[in-house]
Amino acid sequence: MSDVKPRIRLPRSAKAGQAAEVKTLVSHVMETGLRKDADGNTIPRMIINRFTCEYGGEMVIDMALEGAISANPYVEFDIMVSDATDVVFTWYEDGGAVYTETQQLSVG
Amino acid sequence: MFTRRDTMALGLGAATITLLPISVHAAADDAIAAYTGGASVTEGGVMITAPEIAENGNTVPISVEAPGAEEIAIYADGNPTPGVAVFKFGPAAGSHRASTRIRLGGTQDVVAVAKMPDGSFQQAAVEVKVTIGGCGG
Repeated sequence: MSDVKPRIRLPRSAKAGQAAEVKTLVSHVMETGLRKDADGNTIPRMIINRFTCEYGGEMVIDMALEGAISANPYVEFDIMVSDATDVVFTWYEDGGAVYTETQQLSVG
Repeated sequence: MFTRRDTMALGLGAATITLLPISVHAAADDAIAAYTGGASVTEGGVMITAPEIAENGNTVPISVEAPGAEEIAIYADGNPTPGVAVFKFGPAAGSHRASTRIRLGGTQDVVAVAKMPDGSFQQAAVEVKVTIGGCGG
């Protein structure tokens, strides 16, 4: 799907040794596979089934998502800040598509 | 289309409420048992924050927190499929909490089950009243 667009909010600056709040949202319909179209045919399931965030090569959060997650999945969590800057966000879609976004955390 | 979806969702919500005591609770219990591998689950140790009344079941904000937990799984026992999400916290996690937005088909209990490092499980539940269900029939 071409309309998958991640939006990420990192804190403007973060201190090593402290937790930093991260907010992520990805535009996605999260089709549950339970709905039917106008002709009564089931619309096949198409969801983001996994979301991960890695920081400095270490896993922050690895989330499994089901159809009960709202459209445009929003996830908020905390990173333990070290001296690393790279934060890698990955969304895995049904059917095997993978969307990755890398952002820099300004540690100071 | 929107009107139809709403109508269907309302119908589904009503059906869910009617069925709740028999079949639907069992589905969530089965899902939780599958997650814990049959281990016993103690109450408490998990904080789950959700609105008491959700006007729109399509997007209900929910937060879970369990200090020290390895994983937190969320179940909605009145949905067509009870599983909602599983959060696994890695070594770079700054806390053992997460927030997201979920779909609820009707008024029901939302259950959070935390897996602790010693292999034990803890859970907490909160009831959310849903005015318009979010499962879209």
